[in-house]
Amino acid sequence: MALIEFTKRGIYCKQGDFYVDPWWPVDYAVTTHGHSDHVRFGNKYYLCHTLTKPIIKRRISEDLNVETLNYGESIVRNGVDISFYPAGHIIGSAQVRLEYKGEVCVISGDYKTEDDGISDVFEPVKCHSFVSESTFGLPVYKWQKQDAVFNGIKNWVSDNIDAQKTSVLIAYSLGKAQRLIKNLAGNVPIYVHNSIANLNEVIINAGVNLPDTIRIMPETTKDELQKGIVIVPPAMRDSRWIKNLSHPVTGICSGWMQVRAHRRWQSADAGFALSDHADWPGLMDAITATGAEKVYVTHGFTAAFSRFLNDSGIESEEVMTKFGQEDDEENKVDLAEQNDNK
Amino acid sequence: MKRFARLIQKLEQSNKTNDKITALVDYFNDADDKDKIWVIALFTGKKPKRPIKSALLKYWAIDITQTPEWLFSESYANVGDLSETIALLLPPAENTSDLQLHKWIEELHDLEGKDDETKKEFILNAWNHLETQERFIFNKLISGNFRIGVSNKMLVNALAKQSSLDSAQIMHSIMGKWNPYEITFHELINGVHVNTDNSWPYPFCLAYALEQEPEKLGDISEWQAEWKWDGIRGQIVKRNGELFIWSRGEELVTEQFPELYFLIDVLPDGVVIDGEILAVQDKQVLSFSTLQQRLNRKTINKKQLEDAPIGFFVYDILEFEAKDFREHPLSERRAVLEQLIGNLEESAVILSPVINCKSWEELAELRQTSRSINSEGIMLKKLSSHYHSGRKRGDWWKWKINPYTVDAVMIYAQKGSGRRANFFTDYTFAVRDGENLVTIAKAYSGLTDKEIKEVNSFVTKNAIEKFGPVRTVKPELVFEIAFEGIAESKRHKAGLALRFPRILRWRKDKKADEINTLEDLRQLLESTF
Repeated sequence: MALIEFTKRGIYCKQGDFYVDPWWPVDYAVTTHGHSDHVRFGNKYYLCHTLTKPIIKRRISEDLNVETLNYGESIVRNGVDISFYPAGHIIGSAQVRLEYKGEVCVISGDYKTEDDGISDVFEPVKCHSFVSESTFGLPVYKWQKQDAVFNGIKNWVSDNIDAQKTSVLIAYSLGKAQRLIKNLAGNVPIYVHNSIANLNEVIINAGVNLPDTIRIMPETTKDELQKGIVIVPPAMRDSRWIKNLSHPVTGICSGWMQVRAHRRWQSADAGFALSDHADWPGLMDAITATGAEKVYVTHGFTAAFSRFLNDSGIESEEVMTKFGQEDDEENKVDLAEQNDNK
Repeated sequence: MKRFARLIQKLEQSNKTNDKITALVDYFNDADDKDKIWVIALFTGKKPKRPIKSALLKYWAIDITQTPEWLFSESYANVGDLSETIALLLPPAENTSDLQLHKWIEELHDLEGKDDETKKEFILNAWNHLETQERFIFNKLISGNFRIGVSNKMLVNALAKQSSLDSAQIMHSIMGKWNPYEITFHELINGVHVNTDNSWPYPFCLAYALEQEPEKLGDISEWQAEWKWDGIRGQIVKRNGELFIWSRGEELVTEQFPELYFLIDVLPDGVVIDGEILAVQDKQVLSFSTLQQRLNRKTINKKQLEDAPIGFFVYDILEFEAKDFREHPLSERRAVLEQLIGNLEESAVILSPVINCKSWEELAELRQTSRSINSEGIMLKKLSSHYHSGRKRGDWWKWKINPYTVDAVMIYAQKGSGRRANFFTDYTFAVRDGENLVTIAKAYSGLTDKEIKEVNSFVTKNAIEKFGPVRTVKPELVFEIAFEGIAESKRHKAGLALRFPRILRWRKDKKADEINTLEDLRQLLESTF
């Protein structure tokens, strides 16, 4: 009997009687990471990585009942052994490994294979069946090394400062923002929106080493911002606040920016292809490394990716989930931002 | 190529015209002269010699990346551009190259007549020397157009700024006939070639839509009012015994309109006139759908000549006695034009009448009768104005009558291409015909990006059937469709076709049972005969 099944409420392990990243309230929710399309309000108990706990408490509610594990640690629930391994997606993101009577299943949540300098690096785990995302499951999505992308962003920022323009980067409060801060910190001060500053505080208190940033306050002057880097969440994108800055130019950091059509679709000036999801080679490498006999493909280019795996001799099946469909993730995160701002 | 790639990147990194002009000026300041020629050529739609079919590029890319064909197609559907799909799909280049843009173009040119094996070797080697962005450009040189948001006007303004030459003169030069393989940058922007070419047209003066009360324009006596005709804008050039007819799209269409050939004997040399190509019978303008029978045909038969006779309504003169006449005020130009055209009795070339009104109210009333003479409103031109190049606010206004509208329900949706490749942006609309819905129009413009995203998510959730790229959706979303005219049509199930349909607004307040009926449209059709 299979270790997991895909139900209306989410991924369910019958033997252990718990769900992984359910989208309807359940008794016991194993949680891969803190993005709002993977963790929702209303579950009786949550199990997540140690670093994810303060994040979801901050983002959802202080009253959650949360148990935690570190990477490599495990607990047993109804005979099913549950352990966490780094997924490399954002701080605290985990792959969930389930083992029952010698059968091993790994649910990856969201993941990327490149070391981003701030999340623990993705670690392939041998298993019989593997649940993989496929957000960027087309071969046109191959990322440049992040150093090259960050050099591009740094050049853009210094050109802007020379031209007396204000550089505004748009990034999710959780994950992308911290990755930018970690990799852009240096000579130019970084100013962050309230919702990002709040999360940074939580993350620093949990013991993560994050470079200094400046919280944008009403008294922060336009002149100061013009000489720095401003990072704001997507909800702020078309806001009056940005328009009122001194010659603002906006940049979006997302894997979708790999393609010109997507770059032009956004109402931003510049697009930088920087993603927290695996690219095509990353997905293929990760799946091969697991040695899985069966691969379930969730959100993204599920049909194409699954067909390619089957044609390559890896048995695969598409699974419908409510995890970020193509570009929906952004909208969902937007909702979380709005809650943060309340 | 690297310098050009950097220009493209700069152009793409801003939505602001000023930034783009700065990027272009920087480029024209430091790029190689021969490269500049090609950048101007590419941005104005001139293409280099293309010795390789794009299907071969695709085939070779599939071959060296070992990508299954279906996966290539999936990728292409997501990217929306063949050149870019190939550029992204290829493995990273192992080498770099400093070869300049024009050198690449010359090397491509030299491939003409070579066998496929030689061509393939050249392309594969090129791909292996170019970064992703450079590859994209390289592929575009072979197979596509450069649509990157640089209008002719923007390009000309940048060249004028960089060279300190007059922008109208530069517009002339680059609109004329020239060969990028032969001309020098200096010759091009100084317009050496246009003096030897009889055909060159002037840039059209374009009008903005009037969005305020006409009273705000001042005293009506300072303005010339004309009917706004719904045809094809045209410019007729007569120089050194030759006649040329240009359309608004900067296309030579002389061959298509034999009714106007007689002008070669009637017009003096050194004359350029501006007007509207229309279907005309007994000096009366016929509907646009009549004119349409004559457009874009390679050959014209006798019946078409009889059914849809062509005329030219003239409203301006740009060159007279071989001199640029555009700096003269409209009142003077009109006087000269009346002398020149006014005596062409009984001909297909007619002076577009001036509407004489004492007051704005009187004119507003007359405007309501526009449709009865197949006009779409009124043009207002300041009597003291020059003939401007392109669109300039203030001197010319189009005061159109409101379009027809119909409330219709969306029943099919299809993904767009290019920028819109990942959203359902092309919709088909239907009205009610008894118990059934019958399609009447397809439209893909008029919604904001935010609304498109909303409709997109509706389509994703409410798709009933899938026919290739088309989704049948629950008939639920009601839109107000604006259109300019209506005609009988045997090709459409509804028996009629709308002219220039576009989405006016999304009627979230209306339900599908409140939409218009086919009968409503039939009545409108009858009333326009």
